[in-house]
Amino acid sequence: MATAVPPKGTGPLARREARLAWSLLAPTLFSVAMVILLPLMAIFWISFKPIGLADLRPPIPVVREQLRGSPEAPGDAATIEYRLRNSSQEEEIRGVTLSDIWPPGVTVTGDLPEACSLTGTEFFCDFGDIDPKYNDRFRIDVEFGQAFFDWGGDPEESEPVVTGTATNVLTNATFTMENFARIFDGSEFWFVFGVTLTYTIFGTIGALVVGLFAAMLLNQDFRGQGVLRGLYLFPYVAPVIAVAFTWVTLFDPTSGSINELLQRMGVTEGGINFFGQRPLALIMVIVFEIWRYFPLSFLFILARLQAIDGDMYEAADMDGASPFQKFWYLSLPMLLGILSILFLLRFIWTFNKFDDIFLLTGGNAGTRTLTVNVYEQAFAVANIGAGAAVAVVVFLCLLVFSVFFFRFISREEGL
Amino acid sequence: MHTIRKGAVIAPVIGLLWLLVIATTVAVAMSFATGAAFRPGLAGSVLIGAGIGYGALRLPNRWLLAAAAAVASFVLTLIGAGAVLVGEGVSILSILIASLLLGIGVGLPLASMLGGHPAGEMTRHEFEEVVIGFLTGFGYVFFTAIVIIPFYVMVMTSLKSQQALLGNPLDFTIDLSQGWGLFRSYAELFRDFHFGTYLWTSFFVSVLTVFITLLFSVPGAYAVARLRFRGRAAFSRSILLIYMVPMIVVVLPIYIVYSMTGLRNTLFGLVLIYPVTTIPVALYMLQGYFRGLPAEVEEAGLMDGLSRLQVIWKITMPLSLPALASVSLYVFMIAWNEFLLAFMLLDDPSKFTLTRGVAMLNSSEVPRQHLMAGAVIATVPIMVLFLGLEKFMTRGLTAGSVKG
Repeated sequence: MATAVPPKGTGPLARREARLAWSLLAPTLFSVAMVILLPLMAIFWISFKPIGLADLRPPIPVVREQLRGSPEAPGDAATIEYRLRNSSQEEEIRGVTLSDIWPPGVTVTGDLPEACSLTGTEFFCDFGDIDPKYNDRFRIDVEFGQAFFDWGGDPEESEPVVTGTATNVLTNATFTMENFARIFDGSEFWFVFGVTLTYTIFGTIGALVVGLFAAMLLNQDFRGQGVLRGLYLFPYVAPVIAVAFTWVTLFDPTSGSINELLQRMGVTEGGINFFGQRPLALIMVIVFEIWRYFPLSFLFILARLQAIDGDMYEAADMDGASPFQKFWYLSLPMLLGILSILFLLRFIWTFNKFDDIFLLTGGNAGTRTLTVNVYEQAFAVANIGAGAAVAVVVFLCLLVFSVFFFRFISREEGL
Repeated sequence: MHTIRKGAVIAPVIGLLWLLVIATTVAVAMSFATGAAFRPGLAGSVLIGAGIGYGALRLPNRWLLAAAAAVASFVLTLIGAGAVLVGEGVSILSILIASLLLGIGVGLPLASMLGGHPAGEMTRHEFEEVVIGFLTGFGYVFFTAIVIIPFYVMVMTSLKSQQALLGNPLDFTIDLSQGWGLFRSYAELFRDFHFGTYLWTSFFVSVLTVFITLLFSVPGAYAVARLRFRGRAAFSRSILLIYMVPMIVVVLPIYIVYSMTGLRNTLFGLVLIYPVTTIPVALYMLQGYFRGLPAEVEEAGLMDGLSRLQVIWKITMPLSLPALASVSLYVFMIAWNEFLLAFMLLDDPSKFTLTRGVAMLNSSEVPRQHLMAGAVIATVPIMVLFLGLEKFMTRGLTAGSVKG
């Protein structure tokens, strides 16, 4: 008799379940692949390309048609003029053709250009390749017969159609290391990198410490606790654009309330340019970061604090522990897990942060971080390739952080 | 070390520190409220603080303490040595109000911080309680001030006129006699800057984003939470990694592709991107919640002949309404506040979202109060939503998801 053994491998039911799972996940996977992963890969490609902002419009042949002379009776002569040019100053365009429908009753009296032919009312030219900066006119003398006037339409009504292909800088096989050479050139890169690290480290730790303080405050029962908790979340919930501009207005060197206040209090003589001078601008940007993101830390820490069992504190009271001892030996160790998670998450997010600094200082006065530098290179300097090269550096840094993330966090919280 | 723990030493020190906090607060508050010059004074703070601090150990009645502080402050301010110093031409009434505020702000908290403690040697417990009491008080004042001041300035600036702002940037008093004229910045934004359209566009884009995000993430979250398949653990672990990808890195290729395909300056292009930035985190939040739901209810549904999709629609979704609400709120907030993508992908003023519209106001040609009015318009809807749903969220999440 055969002995009963547990089934091996995957049965049909399990396979069906897996299929269903993947089909439920498919929309998510597809959209993430298209919008996140594909651009991530593209950024590596672009970073090796000599591409500027102007190259985004590919070179195209441009044609203009014009009728010179105004035919009024059968037998009148006129000239049809086509003006063809290459929109690019550098790239040639291959296989350029022009086709147009002529009105009826038009006969050619002069010579047709070599490349062109007229069959019935269909006018067609094949110009082959045209050079960069190409710009030429073709004039064709014609005569208008009775059929044209019977037709009675507008002779310029049908638009000429041109075709032609040009090599696109993005898809051709020219690569360059110039982008990387450019961003690593000189001491600027290391300055930007240093600013980024300073901003990230102090911003993260500051937001955590202030958040911890706020959480300890609100971890007691009193009337109005809910109101205060809601209030302290305001900086995080409000749109960044609103609060950033408010800070800029508040700290304006000439008409800002804070400067006015400081002057009235006799702290300073003239107005301080908070967001315009080194190193104050960097400090202010960090302070803004702490102000805006302490609510996030405090929310998580408060949730963890309220989950701590009260018995432990009672036991500590029996043993005669003082309030600070209870904080140091009980609360803090219990919070260590959430604190380290918050630190890593906030560290990465602060590293990625673009909006805040961009809106506050625009990356001036020694506050240019890597992410702001991506924008500066790509759009202010109009060199997309260099911007992409900085983006690659940002991405590689994050890859390193993610390794840390997996090493520590997944063990900590079992994600 | 032990001498410092004497109540008679600690109390004046705490009193002095607390007075500095309150004097600064009152000075700043009065300056912002009246536009006149107020500043904290050191000599007065030392005098009143030490006195009231010591008094708090002896006097049982806190209102008496408050009154004493108020009177002392009023008299000292008048002779020019108060805890709050005033500039020229400040009316007696505002000095009186400042003194009253100071008295209440000093007397009541100090009484609860120090009241009942001995003047002699303190135990470690008593000492630390006093310190914690001070830190707590300081914390409330500090956090409330740093949160309220920017929002207060934002709202008040939007109601002022250009001349008033330049004349005295501290003067936030409002001339109520203007009536509706107060809101002229808002009226101009809606009339000349198309803010009505922007408001609608932002609302439309955000709601659509919430809808698409839920449509994608609910089935995905269900699959990760309930179904067994290979790669499930790796998937649920790596989904949050997507959230770590910086938007500025991704936006560059998107900008290129959109420029070439003509999707730039279209809301359709924006709605293609927005949900993808929120789907991973929504999926993560929801799958955690789905895991906590009892699988038995769903199995019962399966036994009764529902398909998996029907189970999700008829059992899982109704059971997780609180989670769906909080996820929706979160996604709506992200979409509403989104700035980077809107800034990069929209140039046409007729298609702006609200955040992009406010960014447009940040130029030297547009007066400040218009910018602040734009900021208020962008902030108010999200605040209303947040304050309204915060209650709902906490209630929903605590009210037990297991209804059987």
